[in-house]
Amino acid sequence: MSEYLVDIKNERLSFFTPAGEVKALNDVSIHMREGEVLGIVGESGSGKSVTAYSLMGLTAHPGKLIDGSLYFNGHQIETMSDKEMRKIRGNEVSIIFQDPMTSLNPVYTIGNQIMEAVLLHTDKNRAQAKERARELLELVGINEPEKRLRQYPHELSGGMRQRVMIAIALACEPKLLIADEPTTALDVTIQAQILELMMELKDRLGMAIIMITHDLGVVASMCERIAVMYAGKIVEYGTTDDIFYAPKHQYTKGLIRSIPRLDTKEHERLVPIEGTPVDMLNPPAGCPFAPRCDACMKICLREMPPVTHFGRVHYTQCWLNQKEEMEAQKEKGAANE
Amino acid sequence: MLKYVAKRILLAIVTIWAVATLTFFLMNMVPGGPFLSEKAISPQATAALEAKYGLDKPLMQRYVTYMTDALHGDFGDSLKQRGRTVMSIIKMKFPVSARVGGISVLVSLCLGVPLGCLAALKRGKFLDSLISVVSTCGIAVPSFVVCTLLLYTLGVNLRLLPTMGLNGWKNYIMPVIALSFYPTAYIMRLMRSSMLDVLGQDYMRTAKAKGVAGFWIMFKHALRNAILPVVTYVGPMLAYTVTGSFVVEKIFVIPGLGGEFIGAIGGRDYTLIMGTTIFLATLIVIMNVIVDIVYKIVDPRIKLK
Repeated sequence: MSEYLVDIKNERLSFFTPAGEVKALNDVSIHMREGEVLGIVGESGSGKSVTAYSLMGLTAHPGKLIDGSLYFNGHQIETMSDKEMRKIRGNEVSIIFQDPMTSLNPVYTIGNQIMEAVLLHTDKNRAQAKERARELLELVGINEPEKRLRQYPHELSGGMRQRVMIAIALACEPKLLIADEPTTALDVTIQAQILELMMELKDRLGMAIIMITHDLGVVASMCERIAVMYAGKIVEYGTTDDIFYAPKHQYTKGLIRSIPRLDTKEHERLVPIEGTPVDMLNPPAGCPFAPRCDACMKICLREMPPVTHFGRVHYTQCWLNQKEEMEAQKEKGAANE
Repeated sequence: MLKYVAKRILLAIVTIWAVATLTFFLMNMVPGGPFLSEKAISPQATAALEAKYGLDKPLMQRYVTYMTDALHGDFGDSLKQRGRTVMSIIKMKFPVSARVGGISVLVSLCLGVPLGCLAALKRGKFLDSLISVVSTCGIAVPSFVVCTLLLYTLGVNLRLLPTMGLNGWKNYIMPVIALSFYPTAYIMRLMRSSMLDVLGQDYMRTAKAKGVAGFWIMFKHALRNAILPVVTYVGPMLAYTVTGSFVVEKIFVIPGLGGEFIGAIGGRDYTLIMGTTIFLATLIVIMNVIVDIVYKIVDPRIKLK
């Protein structure tokens, strides 16, 4: 047993494509307590979604877990059969996807799709499940729930559909809700509403949330801890304050530099991170970020950087941080003598 | 819905009229006539026959007469099968073809749909390749080859099945295999490709994330979305199949309607050509309306206008 709700240790996951092995996750470790909100940020293909999906046993076809242990709420995920996983999915852990327009089955009513989740995991009969579905629609702030239950997805707006997705995800009051870019496909005003709703429901139901996004604004307002992923590795991990006020890794710094700020002058340019993401089919020997890093050293190209800790929570995987930290230790030692 | 059906019926009448008119003039443009044969018939006899059936009148007049009669439900007498009306021929022969054809359509649906799904599920595996090979064969091999092979192996060499007529259930096996071979193959292909498309959809991932079991994911969430192309195909296919196949009926000596289509054209049996053509056109139009309604039931996004 673990003191954590989620405890992923040294997960390695690869996709075996015809072109070769794509190492999607490389030694990823994550732990979360109950009720915690973790943000995972990173660009497309950095392994954000893959990490979360593997926790639900939803790794897509050529993907395979190579190594590591995935613990969730008393279950050792990597040892479980598909049948055992089905009992957890939608029950103890649920997910909301990016695109609400395509995530609901177009040929069944909203009511049918919410009731399905209820009927699968509880002993409720159809009438009770329908009542529960109505409650859920109310919970996620949909007006006229009776009417909506009978409607089809195409009759609802995008924001409304995402609310329905949330209702489905919450059907069995999960311990963990995974939100995979839940607001990317929505209008800005709707985005704010959905995020607000999620936070409100988190407080009410006490579930933990993994927020996957590439929108730093979203994580800043919602999350307690943040994992920054790059090329299948967590390059920096810390509390929201650590990440935003004391970023250590060059990639994190770059990400934060690239967000527009309120005090940005009118003609000032945002600073992009130069270069393109690594080719995951042929990853470099050393730090995957090295080719794009301003502060790249020789060792960065040769060897994977070790973990450097700053305090209890905050850590990075970066040679520069390692070097600075060692120098700091030395100075401290010298001062002590 | 009612308005839609009314509109479709109106449209159907126009379609059938167009088909009838086109057929009428086309068949009269083809040289020859019903009373020409190798045996010399005296010109007087021919003239008498033509006068009897009104073939001596000008084309336009014949067209008007035929259409008026047809509107009153009278499709005339067969010119070749003395003493039989076109209606009586269709009434007698259609049930035979419909029985064989109906069973064939059922068989091809019952085989094609699950096998197509299976191929999509096992994409790239041995089973998928096997199903692909079989379905390619099914589409490429003409029915007379299938018929001949069946007759030769099951009928003649192994003596397992009767080779002609429709006396018992055993007689149905070979014609049904021959008739359902192509549609089964075609449905498998349609089903496989649309299923592959559906399996990649986001809502399938949602279903999985809800914890729906594998079989139900396929049956409830995938099949209903993937079946539409098959519905489109099966409608007209059903109309063609229940009206009989010339080749299959000829080879297995089945007294069905399929033979009449070709026989009527060969013999310039004008009234029978018209009758069978209008009959088939009507069936197809009806099937298309049914397909549209089934569409609406399967996919609520479709609006019938």
